[in-house]
Amino acid sequence: MAKSARQAQIEQAALYPLDWVEERSGLVGYTKWMLFRNVPRDVNWMQTLGSATLTAFIVQAVTGVFLAMYYKPDPNSAYQSIQHITNDVTLGWLVRGMHKWGASLFIILMFLHMARTFLFGAYKYPRELNWIIGVLLLVMGMAEGFTGYLLPWDQTAYWATVVGININATAPIAGPFIAQFLQGGAQIGPDTLAKFYSFHMLVIPGGIMALIGLHMYLVVRLGVTSPPWSKVAAGRPRDVAPPDGYGEYREGLIREHEQEGKDS
Amino acid sequence: MSDEPEETPEAPGHSLWPVGFSIGIACILVGLVISWPAVVIGAVLTIVFGVLWIRDTARTHAPVHSAPAHELMGDTPSPGLAAAEEQHLETYGRAGFLTLATIGLGGVIGAAVVLPSLGFAVLPSFTGAGIETNEVDLGPLENFPEGAWVITSFIGNKAQGNVSKRTAYVRNNGLSATKEPSFTIIYSRCVHLGCPVAPNGPKFEEQAVTYKDVTLTPVQPAGFGCPCHGGAYDTEGNRTAGPPVRSLDRYAFSIVDGNLVLGKHFSVGTVEGTGAEARIQRYPVAYPGVHVDGISKWLYPLPVPGA
Repeated sequence: MAKSARQAQIEQAALYPLDWVEERSGLVGYTKWMLFRNVPRDVNWMQTLGSATLTAFIVQAVTGVFLAMYYKPDPNSAYQSIQHITNDVTLGWLVRGMHKWGASLFIILMFLHMARTFLFGAYKYPRELNWIIGVLLLVMGMAEGFTGYLLPWDQTAYWATVVGININATAPIAGPFIAQFLQGGAQIGPDTLAKFYSFHMLVIPGGIMALIGLHMYLVVRLGVTSPPWSKVAAGRPRDVAPPDGYGEYREGLIREHEQEGKDS
Repeated sequence: MSDEPEETPEAPGHSLWPVGFSIGIACILVGLVISWPAVVIGAVLTIVFGVLWIRDTARTHAPVHSAPAHELMGDTPSPGLAAAEEQHLETYGRAGFLTLATIGLGGVIGAAVVLPSLGFAVLPSFTGAGIETNEVDLGPLENFPEGAWVITSFIGNKAQGNVSKRTAYVRNNGLSATKEPSFTIIYSRCVHLGCPVAPNGPKFEEQAVTYKDVTLTPVQPAGFGCPCHGGAYDTEGNRTAGPPVRSLDRYAFSIVDGNLVLGKHFSVGTVEGTGAEARIQRYPVAYPGVHVDGISKWLYPLPVPGA
């Protein structure tokens, strides 16, 4: 259907900024390449758990940044500042609630995502590295939970952290050193809270973001796995024969050698 | 393609001098924090290994296959020169030098930034103000009747305030066989994972007295119990049930101007006997859950500075 001149004009006006960006950065094409990629036709809802985990993390990051505007990591005012956020600051109860309950949700989703990956065999070749990165992300997520638990600075927080630090102390050889580093001295003191706060909002989230970047890069590069009952499940022989006729292709790589030659 | 490194004459041999050089740099940086002699040693190491490294590098990068004079004079080019021309090999790799220089300089700058920062993040936990222990005055001896237990809660470190609030259970044992005053002073933290143990017995809150910021509450414990994981102890602090790995920690004490003063906090293996006649196996203070005696103590061979 032929477009009217007016339609074409509007379209051009709308696309102009995108073209401008694309010409100078290539970012539009790259974003399209990343978002509009092939997935197996028999993917299912289980495979949205990873995106759900990512969403939960983003919620934690955003609400955490806003909570940091009102929270004071000092033993004399931490508890009061949390009470202030919850009771006085407009919508503070909501944002703190999102962060508190979202924390549990993030951990639960990480485990569900991990279970899906395990049960679908999606950790197998060539995705082993992504499994390893995922395990690191799980550890860092748990560390977020541990460091964040102290911040309300109430009795539960204090004694749970005492127990957590002393569990670290029981590790052979290095344990007492780890515990002493975590609490910043021979006992839990004024520095402990600030240290946990720094880890909770700067060190660990930075690491998590970097690892999520790698995780996503590998997902985009290697593609989404088919479920194990699929005809194209990972590891099964492919119909396509390799060009040199030696060996065989296995399912599991969405972007494969067919891409070669197209680009250049 | 073979994986074996090709033995081209231009490839510099693996040299150990850079290792010594970097040890020297590390020595300087550590020395800046610790002591000046270490800086001098580091500087000497750096210069010596640096010179050796440069000499080594200069030798391996020197023009190779310097042909005998008669070949240079003659018409036929030397085999070495011919090979070099054929492969366009550089005798002095500019790109290689720049790469190495960038990596090396970047490493030095990175180390200069990262090492002190890491030290700042880690070392104060083992050397800083957080590890000081102060003596605490618990008040006149009249508040500790002979044979009775008193719960004392006090601020361990005035500078830190409420976060250093501690509790100790004190019993006046009267005079020992050698006519010296004796107190059993048990620190309240469970030696399983550090929760506060409670005295199992009636507390007499209405008889509580205060001395400065110390609260003294009479109590009649049959033992001590931990609410977290069920650790139980007798009145000497010996484990009677549950997961703890040693006896409850204690405080040393002194008597100054008729006041009971808490001294060093120490850990205890086991206690034999009771009261003034108790024989206490004393150890440097250890983290809860850490074995101080028996075969398991070898799991924790290194003393933690400042603990």
